[in-house]
Amino acid sequence: MSALISPPAPGGPVGRLLRSRLAAALTTPHGVDRYLERFNPMWAAHEVRARVVSVHRETTGDAATGSAPVATLTLQPTSTWRGHRAGQHVLVGVELPGSAKRHTRAFSISSAASAPGEQFTLTIRAHDEGQVSSYLVREAQPGTILHLSQAQGEFTLVESPATPTISRLLFITGGSGITPAMSMVRTLLRDGYDGHAGRRVTFLHFARSPEDQIFADELARIAAADNGVEVHLRYGDQLFSEFELRRLVPDYKETDTWLCGPPGLVELVTAAYDGSSRLRMEFFKPAVARAAVSTGSTTERSAVEGEVSFTRSGTTTAATGASLLEQAEELGLKPEFGCRMGICFSCTRTKTAGTVRNVLTGEESSLPDEEIRICVTAAAGDCHIDL
Amino acid sequence: MSTDTLTDEKYHGLTAEQIDQLGAELDALRQRVLADLGEDDAAYLRKVVTTQRKLEIAGRALFYLPVVGWLPAVACLSVSKILDNMEIGHNVMHGQYDFLGDPAFNSRMFDWDTVCPGEQWKYSHNYIHHTFTNIVGKDRDVGYGILRMDPEQKWHPYYLGNPLYAFLLMTFFEWGVALHDLEVENIVSGKRKLADNKPLYPGLMRKIRRQALKDYVLFPALTGPLFPLTFAGNAVANLVRNVWAFNIIFCGHFPAGVASFSVEETENETRGHWYLRQMLGSANIKGSKLMHVMSGNLSHQIEHHLFPDLPARRYPEMAVEVQEICERYGLPYNTGRLHQQLWSVFKKICRYSLPGGDAKVAPVRGPGAVTEDSLAA
Repeated sequence: MSALISPPAPGGPVGRLLRSRLAAALTTPHGVDRYLERFNPMWAAHEVRARVVSVHRETTGDAATGSAPVATLTLQPTSTWRGHRAGQHVLVGVELPGSAKRHTRAFSISSAASAPGEQFTLTIRAHDEGQVSSYLVREAQPGTILHLSQAQGEFTLVESPATPTISRLLFITGGSGITPAMSMVRTLLRDGYDGHAGRRVTFLHFARSPEDQIFADELARIAAADNGVEVHLRYGDQLFSEFELRRLVPDYKETDTWLCGPPGLVELVTAAYDGSSRLRMEFFKPAVARAAVSTGSTTERSAVEGEVSFTRSGTTTAATGASLLEQAEELGLKPEFGCRMGICFSCTRTKTAGTVRNVLTGEESSLPDEEIRICVTAAAGDCHIDL
Repeated sequence: MSTDTLTDEKYHGLTAEQIDQLGAELDALRQRVLADLGEDDAAYLRKVVTTQRKLEIAGRALFYLPVVGWLPAVACLSVSKILDNMEIGHNVMHGQYDFLGDPAFNSRMFDWDTVCPGEQWKYSHNYIHHTFTNIVGKDRDVGYGILRMDPEQKWHPYYLGNPLYAFLLMTFFEWGVALHDLEVENIVSGKRKLADNKPLYPGLMRKIRRQALKDYVLFPALTGPLFPLTFAGNAVANLVRNVWAFNIIFCGHFPAGVASFSVEETENETRGHWYLRQMLGSANIKGSKLMHVMSGNLSHQIEHHLFPDLPARRYPEMAVEVQEICERYGLPYNTGRLHQQLWSVFKKICRYSLPGGDAKVAPVRGPGAVTEDSLAA
C-alpha cells in the first residue's frame, strides 16, 4: 500500500504500470484515472490536478480605486505534470462552492520554469466579474484541489542560459499581465543570468498605483542588483508612449519583445511596433461585447442585437432571436441535431464566448467555454459558437 | 389539433387548453428542480460512483480466493455492473449531470460497462425513444424490432415465438442493446440499407473487443489457474446485470394500461401533448429505496420520461407532485410492485404472440385508477 500513498512517480514502475496498455484494458471503458480519483485526488495516471500548498496575499485591493486584491497560490501538481516553460499558462478548473459546477479559466504561471512534478505558482487578481479568480484569491485554502491542464502557450522565452543568444530582451506588461514576464525574468535570474554577456533586459511595467503593484519588493531587489536587468515602473496616468519607449530602447522594433496587458496597452504598443515580427503578445479570450438588451417577454422570441459567429465554419450572422440551430441552418450549415426540443443532447456545442439565452427557461448566461444545446439556445448578444 | 375525437379518447377528455395548462405545470415543476440542482446532486453521484468502483475492485479481487470467494465476487461484480449501467451510465449519458462541467460525468464523454457503445445508444435512446416514445412505427423500443408488444403491430406467425424471443433478449440483453442500433428489422423490411450500418461497425467492434478482452481474457488470466472460475464468474455477473436491466426496462413501457400512439395521432404535437404522451406511455415500479437506486431510478419511468435530462435522484420527490397533477386532471398514473408489473408484462408478451388483442385500452378516470388488478383482467 505504501507505494500508493505517495503519488506515483511518472517514470517509476507504478507510474509506468498505471499508464500501460494493460491498465487501460483492465479499466475500460472508464480509464485508470476514473478509479484513482475516487480514492485520492492526487493519484493520477494521465490527468493533472494540484493541491494548493499556500496562499500568499500580494495586494489587498482598494475599493475606492476599484483595484482588486491579488494573491499568489503555490501549487503541488500531481506527478503527471510535465513542467512548464517560462511564460506559459495553464487551464485551472474549480468546483465553486454552492453551485457544484466546474469552471475553467486560463492563468499565467508566475514562477520560474518548472520540472515535471515540481511546484509552481499562479499569481491571480480577483476580478469583479471573474468567479474563478475571485474564488482562488479569496477562498482557496491550503489543501484545495484544482483541476489542471498541462502548461500551454507559445508566449515563451526562446533563450535561457543553456541556449544563450546575443539578443536583448524587452518586456512590456500592464496590471496582472506581469505574471508571464515575471516567470521569464525569474527563470533567467535563477538559472544564472547575470547580464555580463552584454545582453540587457528591460522590464517596463504599468500599474494602477504603487499600492496595487504586485511583486514590488522583488522588482526593487532585481532593479538594485548588478544583473543587467532594468526595471521601469509606471503608475496611474503614466500611459505608454512610443517616445518614452524609444528613449529606453532606441531600437525597440528590432528587439525581442514580450507584451502582455490590458487591451488599451496592447493597442498602443502594437501601433508603436507597426507590424514588427519581434513583438510577441499574450492574450486570452478576445472580449466579446456586452449582452444586448432584449425586448419582449422571454418566452416569446424576442428581438436581440448581436452577432453570432460560428467560429469553426468562419461564418457570422446577425442574431435574430431564433435558436442557434436554426440560425446555423439558415446559413447552410448542417450541425448534428436530434429532438430539437432540448432533451437528447445530440446538438450540444461549445459556446466559447458571449451571451446566450435558454429559450425554455429564459435564463441568460455569459460563461466562456460553456456547453449549450443549440436547439434550445438563442443568442442574447454577441456570441461565438464552436460550429 | 385536427384530431379532436382522438384527443377525447386517448387523452382522457382533456381539452387543448387543459393540455397546455398541464404542460405549463410540468414546466414549472421542471424549472423548480432545475434551479435547485447543485452540490447535493454532485455529492450523490460521486458517492454512487465510489461505491460502484469499490464493489468492482472487491469483485475482481475476490476471485483470487478459490471457492469461498467466488459467490461474493460474482455478487459484488453484478451489483457493480448494474450500478454502472443504470444509476450511473444511463443517467449520465442522458446529460443529467452535464451541468457539473466535470468531464468524468459528461454525456458526450462517458461510456458504460456494456458491449453497446454509448455513442450509438444515445442516438436510438435519447433521441429516437425519448422523442417518439410509444409511437408505433417510430419508437423502435416498442418491441425492440423483435417482439410484438402492441396490437397495432401487425401479427405474423413469427410472433408465435414472442415468449422465446423475450427470454433470449433477457439473457443476452447487453448484446440486444448493442445490436439494436443496427436496425436489423428495418433492413429486413427494406426500410434501411445494409450499407447504412457500415459507419457503425468499427465503433461497435472496438467496444465488443475491449469488453470481451477485459471480462473474458485479461481478468481471468490474471487469476492464473483460477482462469475458468473467473471467466465463469464474469459471465454470470454480466448475465445477472442483463436479467435485472431487462426486467426493469420492460416494466417501463409494457405493463397493461400503458398507451401507445400512432404517427397520425401525434402530428402537430404541442409541448403539453408531448408531456401527456410521456405520462400515458410510461409506468412506474413501487419499491424500496434500494430498489430505486438499483434500477437507476427507472422505477420512476414516468418522471424520467417527463424530465429525461434532470438527475434521476430527483424523480422520487417529483413523483409526489406528478401524481397529484395526474389526480387533478383525471389521468392514470400507472404504478405497481415489481412482481405485479412483471406479471402484467409477461401476460402481454404471451398474449400478443397470438393474433389480435385489444386495440384500445378503456380510458380510466379518477385518482389512482389504473392498477395492475383493474387492467389485467
